[in-house]
Amino acid sequence: MKSKMLKINKSARSSIITVGMILIAYIICQALIVTGNMSNLLQNLLVSMCYYAIMAVSLNLTVGFLGQLSLGHAGFMCLGAFAGAIFSKCTVNAIQNTFIRFTLAILLGAVVAGLFGIFIGTVVLRLRGDYLAIVTLAFGEIIKNVLNVLYIGYDSKGIHLSMKDAISLNLEDGGIVLVKGAQGISGTPRDATFTVSVILLLITYLIIVNLVNSRSGRAIMAIRDNSIAAESVGINITKYKILAFSISAALAGIAGVLYSHNIATVQSSKFGYNLSIMILVFVVLGGMGNLRGSIISAVLLTLLPEYLRFLRDYRMLIYSIVLIVMMLYNWAPACVAWRNKLSSNLAAMLKKSKKEEL
Amino acid sequence: MNFLTHLLNGISLGSVYSIIALGYTMVYGIAKMINFAHGDVIMVGGFIIFTLMSTLGLNPFFSVLAAMIVCTLLGMTIERIAYKPLRKAPSLAVLITAIGVSYLLQNLALLIYGAESKSFTSVIPVKALSLFDGRLSISGETLVTIPLCIVIMIGLNFFIKKSKTGRGMIAVSEDKEAAVLMGVNVNKTIAITFAIGSAIAAIGSALMFSAYHNLSPTSGAMPGIKAFVAAVFGGIGSIPGAMIGGILLGVIEILSRAYISTQLGDAIVFLILIVVLLVKPTGILGRKIQEKV
Repeated sequence: MKSKMLKINKSARSSIITVGMILIAYIICQALIVTGNMSNLLQNLLVSMCYYAIMAVSLNLTVGFLGQLSLGHAGFMCLGAFAGAIFSKCTVNAIQNTFIRFTLAILLGAVVAGLFGIFIGTVVLRLRGDYLAIVTLAFGEIIKNVLNVLYIGYDSKGIHLSMKDAISLNLEDGGIVLVKGAQGISGTPRDATFTVSVILLLITYLIIVNLVNSRSGRAIMAIRDNSIAAESVGINITKYKILAFSISAALAGIAGVLYSHNIATVQSSKFGYNLSIMILVFVVLGGMGNLRGSIISAVLLTLLPEYLRFLRDYRMLIYSIVLIVMMLYNWAPACVAWRNKLSSNLAAMLKKSKKEEL
Repeated sequence: MNFLTHLLNGISLGSVYSIIALGYTMVYGIAKMINFAHGDVIMVGGFIIFTLMSTLGLNPFFSVLAAMIVCTLLGMTIERIAYKPLRKAPSLAVLITAIGVSYLLQNLALLIYGAESKSFTSVIPVKALSLFDGRLSISGETLVTIPLCIVIMIGLNFFIKKSKTGRGMIAVSEDKEAAVLMGVNVNKTIAITFAIGSAIAAIGSALMFSAYHNLSPTSGAMPGIKAFVAAVFGGIGSIPGAMIGGILLGVIEILSRAYISTQLGDAIVFLILIVVLLVKPTGILGRKIQEKV
């Protein structure tokens, strides 16, 4: 038994630990709900913790593994949220089975966001570092602004689109306005349960772990570490960049579908730059390139502000300080020297204590 | 006449963008980083002028002067604490730090002044000019903004081309190591760049908030990003480029708000950024930089 355990390689063991952690957390939560020990406040947060975790894990693929800063991740979530919500509202009578309807909504959300990811990726990924970040920001804002003025309705003739107001949709009597511009979509069936969310989180995690540990994943990390060197050994940079970027976008779309099926009204103004930054904070705090860290920090940073009410006003302030301090801690020469000194001191102490034992 | 009014408003807004864009373009040229917090330095400048004028009743001129001093110190402090230790770090780390600083300033302002927007009294004592029997009216802000922008631009260009410090800046932006060998103090030069950029940002903030009156903790972020778009548009690192890019962007924004859609103005500005970066990533007046292995 023991030798078998050792044969499992390091990355597989790490992902088993993460999956185990998620499952244990899920079982504890379910037990608390069943026995009636969980507050309403916490129950309302369960699904949102899952979609934030999905967002963080998927952004980590772009930021941590591909090494490109994307500031428009909320845009993909927005696309997924709208696509999923429109689908569910249209088919709420046609497809009675919640499971099938929600699965289709999730797939649709992922496909729509993924397609936009491919499109934006193709456009954007030839740019380098800083420019790429600012262009992803631009795309995120464009998605938000366009959805903010978009009106969609349907009647017996089909779907009507307008960028002005609900009246110019020219709907027949009995036609339904699905998307009401800045007011967004309301009345989406609340299909996103905690169980489904956890399953989706696990699926997301496994997709990314598998990708990262595959040949493609190693190519992606090679691009991060040195794109010119990666290109010179024959890695098709554009292909792998778009692959990572669109998978990340599709997964953000899934998070969006969860979001829109968990909340009464979906408004595009919620998916601005601020949300993208919040997700970035989760990724940075959890560790870039560390998926488990992303999940833990997303869960903790969603929970803590609710429990530490007095910290609520200071939440964004603390996030910003976290960003600065983490970066300085990781990269500032003084901090690096201090860390090295500390670790060598520790090593020396350990050695000493071992000698004394002998 | 309607078109002319929009055009003038566009040029006026564009002049503000180009003043703000100077900060981005100088810092990017010399420190090779996007100073995301630049837009928020503008917001801080606006709040200082607001506090001094509306709360303490100080003279507008001295308020703007005080804002310039505070913004200069702020810019230098930010550079010293947050960016200087990261000179050798990957650009991803620097960018995240810059975003962090931007958020820090916004949230500090939020805690001090609250979220609701303040009404900013214009600092410009010039009356509106009425032409063609009142069919065309030019606001005092526009009358001051456009010439002031040109003066700043010429002055800065002169400073960089002629003064020793300015030439040091050019040297650092060309080649940091070589500049060190030629006796340029790189750290000091970068600090001065941040100082100048922030001081000009304070002027930009006085002009912008005088024209638009709304002042809130987040009101620096969007103009900041748009000014960056302007800097990219004109060719990052180039001072005349910032001016051309800023004015073009302002005109395009106002005209598209007037003739296409009020709500899609921002989206159109960002679309321009994307198109420019794809078609001519170096901007109108930029130079191509070869990537080294």
